[in-house]
Amino acid sequence: MEFSQEQLEAFYRTMYTIRSFEEKINDLFLAGEIPGFVHLYIGEEAVATGVMANLRKTDYITSTHRGHGHTIAKGADLKRMMAEIFGKRTGYCRGKGGSMHIADFSIGMLGANGVVGGGFNLAVGAALAAKLMGTDQVAVCFFGDGASNRGTFHEGLNMAAVWKLPVVFVCENNQYASTTPYRTTTSVENIADRAIGYGIPGVVVDGNDVFAVYEAAQAAVERARSGGGPTLLEAKTYRIKGHFVGDPELYRTRQEVEEHLENDDPLKNFRRQVLAASRLSERELAEIEAQVREEIEEAVDFARKSPFPAPEELFEDLYVESGEAACGK
Amino acid sequence: MREITFAEATMEAMAEEMERDSRVFLMGEDIARQGGIFGQFKGLPQKFGFDRVRDTPISETAIVGAGIGAALAGMRPVVDMHFVDFITVAMDEVVNQMAKIRYMFGGQCKVPMVLRAPDGAARSAAAQHSQSLEAWFVHVPGLKVVIPSNPADAKGLLKAAIRDDNPVLYFENKDLFRMKGPVPDGEFLVPIGKANVVREGRDVTIVSYSITLHKALKAADKLAEEGIEAEVIDLRTIVPLDKETIFASVKKTKHLVIAHEATKNGGVGSEVAAVVAEEMIDYLDGPIKRVGAKFVPIPFSPALEPLMLPQIEDIVAAVKEIC
Repeated sequence: MEFSQEQLEAFYRTMYTIRSFEEKINDLFLAGEIPGFVHLYIGEEAVATGVMANLRKTDYITSTHRGHGHTIAKGADLKRMMAEIFGKRTGYCRGKGGSMHIADFSIGMLGANGVVGGGFNLAVGAALAAKLMGTDQVAVCFFGDGASNRGTFHEGLNMAAVWKLPVVFVCENNQYASTTPYRTTTSVENIADRAIGYGIPGVVVDGNDVFAVYEAAQAAVERARSGGGPTLLEAKTYRIKGHFVGDPELYRTRQEVEEHLENDDPLKNFRRQVLAASRLSERELAEIEAQVREEIEEAVDFARKSPFPAPEELFEDLYVESGEAACGK
Repeated sequence: MREITFAEATMEAMAEEMERDSRVFLMGEDIARQGGIFGQFKGLPQKFGFDRVRDTPISETAIVGAGIGAALAGMRPVVDMHFVDFITVAMDEVVNQMAKIRYMFGGQCKVPMVLRAPDGAARSAAAQHSQSLEAWFVHVPGLKVVIPSNPADAKGLLKAAIRDDNPVLYFENKDLFRMKGPVPDGEFLVPIGKANVVREGRDVTIVSYSITLHKALKAADKLAEEGIEAEVIDLRTIVPLDKETIFASVKKTKHLVIAHEATKNGGVGSEVAAVVAEEMIDYLDGPIKRVGAKFVPIPFSPALEPLMLPQIEDIVAAVKEIC
């Protein structure tokens, strides 16, 4: 597949934004500036980037507790994301959600979800709505290998398949369900193999190769949009950081992580490929990086300077006050 | 006024709301081809098609989850739980998703969805098809809970629930489906959050709802024969609770009994009793009594089932203990 200069730059910009955003979150968390706890997407950037490049603003996604990458790739505002992670009133959820519950309904991002496997059927329902309303919107559900052992996975795939709904189920198999290795919890070699049980295509793709993810997702999204029904797409990837920041990572060796970083880091893979093909230069990549770093500094600055919610905001946003009232901020 | 059954009243509500708003659709197990196991959906698919009245797989988490997702994407789903007992299968969806999504996301979205759940013990359905579980949802901020006792309220509350922009749990007692009663012609709504004083009295307040309301009224008749005038309140909505109506009655009667079919322990009666004790204790001339099912799973045998359920005599006895 041929990619344009703009596409290549956009891929790198998105992947690098996710990487830098997460590295910054890591540092801020360790410095005690971020409350709660955070789950980083570092190492999985090619999946969100490659999938989302096939989506329109009006398409829906559901995300996970490890959701910053999906949110950035769908086009969310870094300032409002950062402010939410800080618990500030200028954040996406006015400080009510935090890292695990960022949403941006204006771009079809139906929310990160603190319950593993909580997003499957929300995506199925959004796709059902699209079908009932006769739009050509597609819903993409991101989930991990761990979530594929939830009952919601099986119920959701069956329902989407039997109703031929426009959903793409994207499994980010990062090898660990929290702290438990994939092999010890899952009965099949590939999550995608389970697609056969629902009569839908199951596709395995190298999740550390943004080009491969893009192509596989393109086929799945087109299939969904044209009424062909759901696809189960499994991206094999790797979680470079622990389950959460501060995870002692007793379940794997440092060597395993180092080897992966050296040999199969999606950002390094991308750089190698575009530089070898002379599609982007070191200078062009460096320019993107400098711009991204500045945006992230601005986001941190915005979050730091933003006020916390006022006490009277505690009860706000619980109920819609009047029936059928317009909603949304 | 014309008389129709409770089931017919809910059907009219559904049909009127689906007619009025194309975003309203209905899904659940056995509702389209079979018309619902209590016949409460008969004729709707013929009128609105099998897309808008859809039979689902037996997948409660997917049914409720998809309802939420559809609501987030602009629809107004009505989801049937078949039996309230099966709501247990979808508790994450109800408690962690449906109730919290709007708050968690800072008011960016709404979940205008109705979850209909037939409840109550009827004809020896045993422990997993007979429960009344409304009290669980009193504990979860973000939900509204309604529970009609007659055909008119069934229609008016269902229409109000469908039009509400918040998630509403709508509990409908299985034995009430066949009950006939007057229902006004044409458009009318019963506001959510308003209790109804069904019978006025000066000596004791009996707070009840759903099928037990009718037992409370019969108990009031018996008490009247003995000179005790009971005021009977039908809550109709459990969340938000109409404290104003309860308080006004308790101020007058100075005695309070709460009666429901759900298990007494941790039931809605416990909440009503606590609220009155906290805010109205000075007005009371005696202890508050709760009448509810006994603390045991619902047994199958017709010899045992009535023993665990609250009966008219239990309400009469509770009133006499404090009056």
